[in-house]
Amino acid sequence: MTLVLAAFDPPYWLETLVKVLVISVVVPTTALILGMVFLFKVMSWMQSRLGPQEAGPRGTLQLLADGVKFLQKEDIAPAGADRVIFKMAPLVVLMSTLLLYVALPASLHLVVADLDVGIFYVLAVSSVSVLGVLMAGWASANKYALVGGLRAAGQLIAYELPMVLAVIGVVIQAGTLSLNGIVLAQADGSIFGWDGIGFPYILTQFVGFAIFLAAVQAELTQPPFDMPVAESEIVSGYQVEYTGFRFLIFFLAEFATAFAFAGIAAVLFLGGWAVPWLDASSDWYYVLGPIVLFAKVMLVAFIIFWVRFTYPRFREDQLQSFAWKVLIPLALVNLVVTAVLKVVV
Amino acid sequence: MTATSDRDQLDALVARAHDNRVNLDFETEGMTLNIGPQHPATHGTLRIVARLDGEEVVSAEPVPGYMHRGYEKLTEVRSYPQINTLINRIDWLGSFANEVPFILAAEKLMGVEAPPRAQFIRTILFEMSRIANISLFIGDYGLQLGGMTAGFYAFRDREHVLNQIEAATGGRFHPNFDRIGGLKDDLPKGWIADTHAAMDKLLAFCDEMDALLMGNEIFQSRTRGIGVIPADIALSYGLSGANLRASGVDWDIRRDACPPGMAYDEVDWTVWTHPDGDCYGRTWVRLQETREAAKIVKQLLDKIPGGPVMAKVPRIIKVPEGEAYVETENPLGAMGYYVVSKGDLVPFRVKIRSASFNNISVLPWVARGAYVPDLVSILGSLYFILGDIDR
Amino acid sequence: MPKVPGLVKGLGVTFGEMVKTLKDGPQTTLYPHEREEPTPRARGVISLHEENCTACMLCARECPDWCIFIEAHKYLAPPRREGGKPRQKNALDRFDIDFSLCMYCGICVEVCPFEALFWSPEYEYSEVHIADLLHDKSRLAQWMQTVPDFEPYESGSEAKVKKVPRP
Repeated sequence: MTLVLAAFDPPYWLETLVKVLVISVVVPTTALILGMVFLFKVMSWMQSRLGPQEAGPRGTLQLLADGVKFLQKEDIAPAGADRVIFKMAPLVVLMSTLLLYVALPASLHLVVADLDVGIFYVLAVSSVSVLGVLMAGWASANKYALVGGLRAAGQLIAYELPMVLAVIGVVIQAGTLSLNGIVLAQADGSIFGWDGIGFPYILTQFVGFAIFLAAVQAELTQPPFDMPVAESEIVSGYQVEYTGFRFLIFFLAEFATAFAFAGIAAVLFLGGWAVPWLDASSDWYYVLGPIVLFAKVMLVAFIIFWVRFTYPRFREDQLQSFAWKVLIPLALVNLVVTAVLKVVV
Repeated sequence: MTATSDRDQLDALVARAHDNRVNLDFETEGMTLNIGPQHPATHGTLRIVARLDGEEVVSAEPVPGYMHRGYEKLTEVRSYPQINTLINRIDWLGSFANEVPFILAAEKLMGVEAPPRAQFIRTILFEMSRIANISLFIGDYGLQLGGMTAGFYAFRDREHVLNQIEAATGGRFHPNFDRIGGLKDDLPKGWIADTHAAMDKLLAFCDEMDALLMGNEIFQSRTRGIGVIPADIALSYGLSGANLRASGVDWDIRRDACPPGMAYDEVDWTVWTHPDGDCYGRTWVRLQETREAAKIVKQLLDKIPGGPVMAKVPRIIKVPEGEAYVETENPLGAMGYYVVSKGDLVPFRVKIRSASFNNISVLPWVARGAYVPDLVSILGSLYFILGDIDR
Repeated sequence: MPKVPGLVKGLGVTFGEMVKTLKDGPQTTLYPHEREEPTPRARGVISLHEENCTACMLCARECPDWCIFIEAHKYLAPPRREGGKPRQKNALDRFDIDFSLCMYCGICVEVCPFEALFWSPEYEYSEVHIADLLHDKSRLAQWMQTVPDFEPYESGSEAKVKKVPRP
């Protein structure tokens, strides 16, 4: 099949158009699926109830109904708000999310741009959302929003570092920054000579995995790190003045980013789109790759949301001290140990 | 109550800043944040005017009154059964507990005593209203701090208690069951066995809350050492109930000054105190009180004597002249009614001493120097209900 | 055995709850598809047994919200036996309870000396227009069909179980 596709060499504009269409369909769909399954259903089951039941069969179309509801709301901005920045802020956050999907591989060839510096690009681009959050907090002309925005800025910047350091451990082991390269390194690897399941890096980088998940939780401003959007204190923080379509963009961006980060975690630690017993260049991966990746993403996302529904939230200074005094030293130690073992072993 | 002036508060802040080695030379003008009256963290329509310096609270002043319904004026033109209906709605979560001190005061003025069976059932329902009230508090506290699952569990397990109250009285939230001289009606068949089962479920709920909330390290870091109220401050501000006992003061009206008409001396129970006086202590004391209440109910259920539930009182209640003040240990604290009667169908004056009004008066003292999230934590742990503050 | 940290125990609680919900079903009732039956004593709606009512106005007077409206007229009923005086009796023209005002306190049911008012646990009578919440005499009589019998009391009780008048 690869040969067939190689013969069909599309012009650049067609290829780009197809990729744009794919991303614009995939991103909201993944956000919806994640939101539906975890935010509505799994959270409800953990709380002894069933979740939405009326919209669609067993309530599966609830998020679609919510989306339509948001779309038909009036588009208002507060009186004292800085209109341009107010309207741009959700788009900046969404842009950062869309850029994340560019590097996420669903198979060897099903990737929008197979970058050589894949993981570096991902980490760099995910920081752009901080700008959007700050813009939202400032331009809302609301004290609650300002407090939320400032908290968010501090938190998001603080948790970038543990994420980067956790990832570097994986990069050292894989020897490459490219996301597809990391998947192949895991698929082709072997554990002490037994290559039954390849070598998913979670086995040696479990500390890195835990740190990465904690950092992802903080990047998504989800409990226990959701001070910026603390519902019971500052009533949704920097998003408080956003209604209708603009709030939908924030919501979409949050869940799409959750999917993207879970996808990155699956690629880095769980072996990505590859299954251990099938050769990586096989043609089956055109269909199997996305399915396998989706299954692994659901697993990682379950852990993220499980933690979200159970724990109360940290206070802002406790959050910061957790990042700077616990996660970063732990990640540095992990890095040193990995580097030493890579050279020695 | 000592008034904390701006200068005192600033001095306190400076002293604390020196402890934290923070340079206060960059003194920027603080921000005045209006928390409420519509806000998810305040249990109702309470407005708190907070002056912030960054994230730290310089002063926090509660402004109650948004829910004032004029109870004390209403009682001047309502007969005793009608007042009984109204005062159910003061503390609406543990509503049977509101009726009891009023009825006891009226019984004291009339010189009647309820028969033993009525006293036992009255105490059982009183403790059940305590369980209904405080189990909601624990779940709601988790909700305020971000662990929303705890709130759902509280509502789910509280249903068992409410169903039992409904089976006996007819109303889940507003029982309207206590009468001068006894109770309105006797218990239906099977109630004792069902209530035993409900209490077992409540004890399981308390254990679940221990595992989910109290043992959680994040919860502990949000509540330990936050909002410490020393014992002398607690006494001088008139705190009562679990707030007082969490500061180490061993005072429980049920044990120390119980008015006649309740059955507490028939039961074997303990009073829980905590030495720290912080938010964690208050939550811990309330959780233990819920367990203790469930145990009291189980003991009383096995001991209910036979007999009538109503003493011989005339059909139209005319309370003779006099005045009486009766205070009981309600779920929120010490609630008392001062009833002045001139011999009519209608009391001359009823003064309601509600626990939450005093509980919230300590807020300016305890909120100085706290962070905004800590303010929410403190408010939650002081546990007031707006109907109780404003009446 | 080292103590399990509270963080892990909390996760166990929520996970166990999720499994329980998937296995045993939720703790919620899917209203309106399923209904939870309230207890027989539940205060849902008040019903009137008109034959017992003598229009003594006690219920209307004692109601804290003044939501009961009674109008009655006197008429002469035939004497009980031959040669006696005709008896004066009350007949109800109007007996309305405004449920938009009613506090569901039960004082009216309690003070009625002739046991003409009864509680029914029926609660599904919401209306679109608030004026429709004024239930008149005929509607109150219809609620009598939903009034359950009084339950027997617990052991040790000396109270006698009252009877609900049935047609």
